[in-house]
Amino acid sequence: MSYLSIGNVKISGISACVPKEVEEVISFPLFTLDNAENFTKTTGVERRRKAPFEVCSSDLCFKAADKLIQELQWDRTEIDCLVFVTQTPDYTLPATSVILQHRLGLSTSCYTLDISSGCSGWVDALGVISSLLSHGSMKKGLLLAGDTILKFCSDTDKSTYPLFGDAGTATALEFTDKDVHGIDFTFNSDGEGRDVIIIKDGGFRNPVNEKSFIKETISEGIERSRLDLILEGMDVFSFGISKAPQSVNNLLNHFSIDAEKVDHFIFHQANKFMNEKIRKKLKLPEEKVPYSLRDFGNTSCATIPLTMVTQLHDSLIKQKLSHVACGFGVGLSWGSCYFQTDQIVCPDLIEY
Amino acid sequence: MKQEDFLENFANQFDETDASEITINTAFKDLEEWSSLLSLSIIAMCDEEYDVKIKGDDIRNAVTVEDLYNIVIDRKQ
Repeated sequence: MSYLSIGNVKISGISACVPKEVEEVISFPLFTLDNAENFTKTTGVERRRKAPFEVCSSDLCFKAADKLIQELQWDRTEIDCLVFVTQTPDYTLPATSVILQHRLGLSTSCYTLDISSGCSGWVDALGVISSLLSHGSMKKGLLLAGDTILKFCSDTDKSTYPLFGDAGTATALEFTDKDVHGIDFTFNSDGEGRDVIIIKDGGFRNPVNEKSFIKETISEGIERSRLDLILEGMDVFSFGISKAPQSVNNLLNHFSIDAEKVDHFIFHQANKFMNEKIRKKLKLPEEKVPYSLRDFGNTSCATIPLTMVTQLHDSLIKQKLSHVACGFGVGLSWGSCYFQTDQIVCPDLIEY
Repeated sequence: MKQEDFLENFANQFDETDASEITINTAFKDLEEWSSLLSLSIIAMCDEEYDVKIKGDDIRNAVTVEDLYNIVIDRKQ
């Protein structure tokens, strides 16, 4: 079991940027009105934001980061590291984090790193960047987490297309020599579940070939090619309801955190029915578990920071708060963390 | 684990279908109320009541309630 407790680091700000294009679930062509209502009843998703063809995850994250740096009044040359977590990078190579260093006007002495992770990505990457900063040599860092998963979704697949939304986020962290709590983590991985959420072709295991583009009918309402995202909903559900509560409980027990004293439990959100099962299993009151999926859908690694910006904005800027965040999904991988925020900078949601 | 209890737990997931309409031999996917939401409810019930993980293929391959009961029994051991 991998646990990690990182001191001398704090979160100073969080921002999020979404495309301005809204797609309503009810206007999904494969759905009748009844279908759409049932879909929303189960998943909790009513609408999502969809990035236009030319807009990438890095563009959304760039805007989120640019605004956050301005509001923090950070000197860009003081940003020593930038971690970009995504499954939708600009290119196969070079790494997008390097491109973002330049676009954001950061110094060439900035350390950059891309991390390939989805629903657990914000938690995974938070572990990496807070470890880097806790040494005290690097003082300021940016964690950019964003995905444009809709680019991977077949628009004739009812199991993915109405569910996902596009979003980019930025989280600013700093080294601190004050006596703050730091961040506590637990991480897990299980590659046996790799086929549950996967895009079969387009990597180097199965390079793109002429067959990759052929649309196949999997079942009623599910037609996709081998370059589109596969999501085995029942398997993900079975995984989520068992592993997410276990991960949070492990975190709370290992670090002796009193759940009563935690202000918010922020989960990755894929499906309201699943998220509510998780919440009830952990016996958490509704008011401690904010959701953003009604208006934004499943936003992959952006879900946790996007939920904080859209649902907790006022309390984040005014109060000292403690949070538990839990991400789980593609890999399969899952992880939870405990952190505190104290009147952080949080710009209003940005539209691209 | 008793078969009657499993059947009762199974039938409890349905809102519109009367429990008397569901027997251990019912081909549950033929029931009018059957939906993807119900398949998730069944998976959740097996997790909560029996601590058994049911996969998508288990639901897809099962025909009767007994088929699922047998999977749960098998994994419980």
